[in-house]
Amino acid sequence: MSGGTSPIFGNLNWNVTPYTDAFQHPDSSTIIGAGAASVLVLGAIAGLALLTYMRWWGPLYRNWLTSPDAKKIGIMYIALALVMLTRGIIEGFVMRAHQATALGTLSAQESGLVAPDHFAELFSTHGTIMIFFVAMPLLIGLINFVMTQQLGARDMAFPVLNQVSLGLTAAGAALVMISLLVGQFGTGGWTMYPPYTGKIFSPGEGVDYWLWAILISGMGSTLTGMNFAVTIFKHRAPGMHLMRMPLFCWTSLCVAIMLIYAMPALTVSSAMLALDRYADFHFFTNASGGNMMNYANIFWMFGHPEVYILILPAFGVFSEISSTFSGKRLYGYTSLVIASMSIAVISFTVWLHHFFTMGQSAGVNIAFGIATMIIGIPTGVKIYDWMATMWRGRVRITAPIVYLTGFFLLFVIGGLSGIILANPSIDYQVHNSTFLVAHFHNVIIPGVLYGMLAGIHYWFPKAFGFRLSETWGRRTALLFVGGFVFTFMPLYVLGLMGMPRRSPTFQNPDFMPWMYLAAFGGVLMMCALASLVWTFWASYRNRVALAVPGGDPWNGSTLEWSTPAPVPEWTFPCIPQVSARHDWGERKRAGDPWKGPAAYTDIEMPANTVHGLLIAIAAFALGFAMVWHIWWLAIISILAIPGIVVIRGLRVIEPRIIPAAEVAEADRRFRRLVENLPPATRADEETERNRGVPDITEFAG
Amino acid sequence: MSGVRLAAGCLLAWFAADAAMASETLQQSFLQPMGPVAQEQFTHLLRVVGITMLVILPVLVGVPFILWRYRYSRPRGHYSPEWEFSGKLEYVLWGVPVLIVIVLASWLWYSTDKLDPYQPLGPEPLQVQAIGLDWKWLFIYPEEGVATVGELAVPVGRPVELTLTTDTVMQSLLIAPLTGQIYAMPGMTTKLNFAATQAGEAEGENTQFNGAGFGRQKFIVRALEPADYAAWAARETDGLTLDEDTYATLRRRSVLADARADLGLEKRAEPIRMMLGERDAFEQIVAKYHGHGDGGRHGAGTVAGHWGGTGLPESDAGGAGQ
Repeated sequence: MSGGTSPIFGNLNWNVTPYTDAFQHPDSSTIIGAGAASVLVLGAIAGLALLTYMRWWGPLYRNWLTSPDAKKIGIMYIALALVMLTRGIIEGFVMRAHQATALGTLSAQESGLVAPDHFAELFSTHGTIMIFFVAMPLLIGLINFVMTQQLGARDMAFPVLNQVSLGLTAAGAALVMISLLVGQFGTGGWTMYPPYTGKIFSPGEGVDYWLWAILISGMGSTLTGMNFAVTIFKHRAPGMHLMRMPLFCWTSLCVAIMLIYAMPALTVSSAMLALDRYADFHFFTNASGGNMMNYANIFWMFGHPEVYILILPAFGVFSEISSTFSGKRLYGYTSLVIASMSIAVISFTVWLHHFFTMGQSAGVNIAFGIATMIIGIPTGVKIYDWMATMWRGRVRITAPIVYLTGFFLLFVIGGLSGIILANPSIDYQVHNSTFLVAHFHNVIIPGVLYGMLAGIHYWFPKAFGFRLSETWGRRTALLFVGGFVFTFMPLYVLGLMGMPRRSPTFQNPDFMPWMYLAAFGGVLMMCALASLVWTFWASYRNRVALAVPGGDPWNGSTLEWSTPAPVPEWTFPCIPQVSARHDWGERKRAGDPWKGPAAYTDIEMPANTVHGLLIAIAAFALGFAMVWHIWWLAIISILAIPGIVVIRGLRVIEPRIIPAAEVAEADRRFRRLVENLPPATRADEETERNRGVPDITEFAG
Repeated sequence: MSGVRLAAGCLLAWFAADAAMASETLQQSFLQPMGPVAQEQFTHLLRVVGITMLVILPVLVGVPFILWRYRYSRPRGHYSPEWEFSGKLEYVLWGVPVLIVIVLASWLWYSTDKLDPYQPLGPEPLQVQAIGLDWKWLFIYPEEGVATVGELAVPVGRPVELTLTTDTVMQSLLIAPLTGQIYAMPGMTTKLNFAATQAGEAEGENTQFNGAGFGRQKFIVRALEPADYAAWAARETDGLTLDEDTYATLRRRSVLADARADLGLEKRAEPIRMMLGERDAFEQIVAKYHGHGDGGRHGAGTVAGHWGGTGLPESDAGGAGQ
């Protein structure tokens, strides 16, 4: 920060970009920094050019950015997550590459690919991005897309609020992205513990980028939680009792409740840290009555439920795919519901295990250690329930099943290390070590990432009308499994050998073989990412052969498979009357599930609106202005947000009516199509003969 | 059960052997314990791994078996698509994890209570005080009137009580072969009680990230026979006394080698050894954060007062984070 604060530009000046550093001190670290900024700039230019060249601006605005349709919002969430995932994986790879070159001595300046501060920025953005801007948008997106269809609802309870939630999440992600080019990110890790992240030890914009990204996107997640909960409670189709809901909806309900209760804790801890930094409060400072332990306490009151917010939707996905691809009913539905709800409740009682080593008494640690172990019980039950689901089934080894297998085999190892860490006496040794890093990647990658990618593979045809290539899907899954094993198993060993996490350098040459293994794992992860992109591209090119207009490519048993693929805006021509737990499956057993409704009525859909987009822009402007102390812009944007809400509130907004005739025509066309398509047996599932109309005589679950 | 524990033990012992293989490097793992606390932690680790294997092995074996036996392309065995519940199985699925958690929880209780770091391991433990600085550790021996930077020596056989604080951000002190870690925070004290049962050298470290020099914030731990320890305590100092002046230099954000250079010693990553000026230096540094004195009502840059105040050290004023 050179010079004072300008009334117009705040703390911004021409030296904030990484190019200044790269010109002044060209080395591998600053060049990587400048390279990352260039990728961002060139990527943005290429994106804008593509939109202009293809004349996609209009369709993008009309069909996507202003759409309150939960299915489209879900797809946009997932698209955002995949962009951020790309950055997150590349950062992970750079960190692995750095540590493979970071062996040093105590007396020599740190060496290696990147400088220590740059390394610290990398682990901070990597963690922030992966948790808040990859995992969260992936699961919220998938729930948006799938849950309404499974419940037999047309849309969320609050479609515009949903748009606002997406906008706030995207604004937070944009702040993290722009920090590549303008200024620096914080170096306090994704948890940003003060007092290190206080104004005294971390002046400058870095921590503020994190704070505003978290405050803004956290608000979006809280609103999403409310939206999900109200939708599940109020918008289920007639007959869709709670105990008839598919498991994915149950886990969505758990997530909704947890978002409502957990996210405010994060908002509070971040807001307090922001007050410390901006207004000289002393919540967490070293002196003047501040207490840094409160930050850890409040943060993890959010942080631990968050872990289960991430994992439960994946458990929902695994419940769906284990049943569908085994051609068999889900084993222990009630057990799974009880287990999911238990996890949601118990997850609020274990947060202290993130800081067993803070210095509290043994009694406190014992209580939270045991609570932590108890949460392992419902989790274990779920895993055995899915195995029982596949037992005596006819398991098709599709890409989602490869992910599920990887999950089974790896997640239990993560569970083992979790039980190890739950013991305070052992945690004293491996806390803050790479053992811990290995553990949480061991639950989050096989759990969340595999679960979400399996879900995307499973429901992709419903969104876009064609299947993803099974061959490339399986290759991607195997690469992610291999990448995980090679990257993180060595970190367990290194942690037991005494290597602290977040180390920009280390002095023990015995670490090196493991570092090389982990770096190789990093290469595999990059390959997996490339393979994922290629899966989408190869499938898109082959979309005619992979098309499944019949809409039920996997012979499923839940409501979303009763509609065409891609699913129309109104989802169901008539809201279905549900009479069984696996309603679509029961209709298949009864014969002729595709019988059309007797009559069609006009459908009311929420009208497109630009309000979500405007609020997103204002929120981004607010965050950016606060980070750079551009006070005039901050004042305008903070007034703009309630202003936009008020303006919308003052206007009478008519819903969009889709006339019955239009619905009837589209629906009858779909019914005729289904009649004319040849039914595909499961043996043909992966071939071109699968047109989305299954041979229902095969349906047995 | 015993076979499983044996296998787990072998695996971990192999890691330990790998960790200890090179003679050049200092021991920094609890898989090669040098004292009773780390020994018990290692044993407890093996115990937990062994017991938990009971629920994990069925998955590791069962999943490949199910996939092989019931795969669509060439299935064997029954197909029972409508089977969705079995009361007996439910008892097993819930009961076995519950029993295992009861066993694990009992062990957890026992071991956490036994290894409470606040509990002295015997009568009259050696009192050592540790102050975390950016990016080095200052150890004060009030009994011996000695202070060191980057070196902790303890006598074999006598329990040690380490009292910790920091004069900067939150840190965490770990001496893996002897004991676990505990956080150290400014204005607060925490304790680690441990003992060494065999002579040897190990590496201690800060495990809580605190800035650019974090990776080099290590210190050497010497477990010495009582006679050697007495000789160590009586050794010559580097001609320095720990007073407010030397402390102001130490308090700067620098790694050990740079701090030595700042103090006029040869720039090497070797420990610094000082006379202890004021016996209650540790208490005074903790007390800085408790309102009296300058109280820290100043931001970065203005640092004054007793023992360097509570803000950034002078040399760093305005320059930190850049």
